Amino acid sequence: MAGTDPIHQFVIQDIFSLFTVGGDGTEGSGLHFAFTNSALFMVATVAIISLYLVLSTGSKSLIPNRAQLLSELVYEFVANMVRSAAGTAGMKFFPLVFSLFTFIFVANMLGMVPYFFTVTSHIIITFALSMLVFLTVVIYGFAKNGPKFLKLFVPAGVPGYILPIVAPIEFISFMSRPISLSVRLFGNILAGHITLKVFTGFIVTMSSLGFLGILGSALPLIMAIALTGLEFLVGAVQAYVFAVLTCMYLNDAIHPSH
Amino acid sequence: MVTQANAQEAAAPADTTHAAPAVDATHADPTADTHATTEAHGGGHESGVFPPFDPATFPSQLLWLAITFGALYLVMSKIALPRIGGILENRKAIIDADLAAADAARQKTDAAIAAYEAALAAAKAKAQGIANQTRETIQADLASKRSSVEADLTAKVTAAEARILATKTEALTHVDEIATETAQTVVTQLVGDVSTDSVRAAVAKAKE
Repeated sequence: MAGTDPIHQFVIQDIFSLFTVGGDGTEGSGLHFAFTNSALFMVATVAIISLYLVLSTGSKSLIPNRAQLLSELVYEFVANMVRSAAGTAGMKFFPLVFSLFTFIFVANMLGMVPYFFTVTSHIIITFALSMLVFLTVVIYGFAKNGPKFLKLFVPAGVPGYILPIVAPIEFISFMSRPISLSVRLFGNILAGHITLKVFTGFIVTMSSLGFLGILGSALPLIMAIALTGLEFLVGAVQAYVFAVLTCMYLNDAIHPSH
Repeated sequence: MVTQANAQEAAAPADTTHAAPAVDATHADPTADTHATTEAHGGGHESGVFPPFDPATFPSQLLWLAITFGALYLVMSKIALPRIGGILENRKAIIDADLAAADAARQKTDAAIAAYEAALAAAKAKAQGIANQTRETIQADLASKRSSVEADLTAKVTAAEARILATKTEALTHVDEIATETAQTVVTQLVGDVSTDSVRAAVAKAKE
């Protein structure tokens, strides 16, 4: 039954325990730290990105080979994204956006491999990443602009008597950014993987119902194949969306007046 | 219970009775299917909670996210991105330099062509000048030679004419003498001696 349980793929298992902070020593108390399957895939994600980018650019060829060309294309892609959304001043956040984009992208792609764990299917991961962006925006925004950063909530050209309505809306929309950013990524990946698992589960369930069931299981099979392609697309698009929104939020920190 | 077993497993990965507690757990609680399944795979710190919302897993996830993402950020910002940026800048610089060199070479070519054409025009002009000069020299030479020859000829003609005139004049003076002598002879034959002077005077008289 475990093979068709759509939730099972999100279970986090300890590979080995590290330490427990606080608690009374009994099981389940305190903060338990462990090297989990999630951690394993985070390490794998970072290792893949780092090794690929470092090794493919090792020769520093003037005329790139294929591996180096891919690295350069990703670099140019993210660099153009940052430059167009946040301007040249935003390029100081280029490593952050590049890390976010590649991390989410590779984690999503790894998650598409059967039996692999999807790091981004956990709300705490996406929320941590979006809080990283949010705090970067707030801290840098105040450090660079001081109180002028609050002009972010006062759109230029709005008459004074509307401001009591507009400013709270702007404030709420600003404060809800980390939630929308994290839930968008988490929800897309989680829902996609559950749907995929449910349809592939149908194949198994129907196949066990005899000859007609095997024939009928072609329908969820087709669906599963289509969903697999869609999930690759969603994984790539969500990484892109996360990076683009990060750039736009950073732009607010750099140029707070609308 | 099961979690306890898993912790023991984690501590001793080589444990050959790996699946045994899980199987036991499944059999022990067959009614709660999902619950048992989750347990059987040994993951849930708190079975029954939807895994992504299980707070017991948050510390580990946050810890490893911080470690891995921090490492990724460091590797990207310190090694990979400066290197790729360097490659791209280096390439751009080389392309720009090559383009500039090509432009400079083209300008040099243009200058060389212009210089060549100027030199050619100058040489042409010079050649024409020399040709003109030579022609003028030759013409002047010719003209002077012709004029000298003409002057010579004129002088010769003049001299000849003068000589002819002199000869004629001389001849004419001889006519008187011949006439005198002839008349003297004729008269002598006819009349006898007569003085030369009287004959001459007679001749001169006859001529008038």
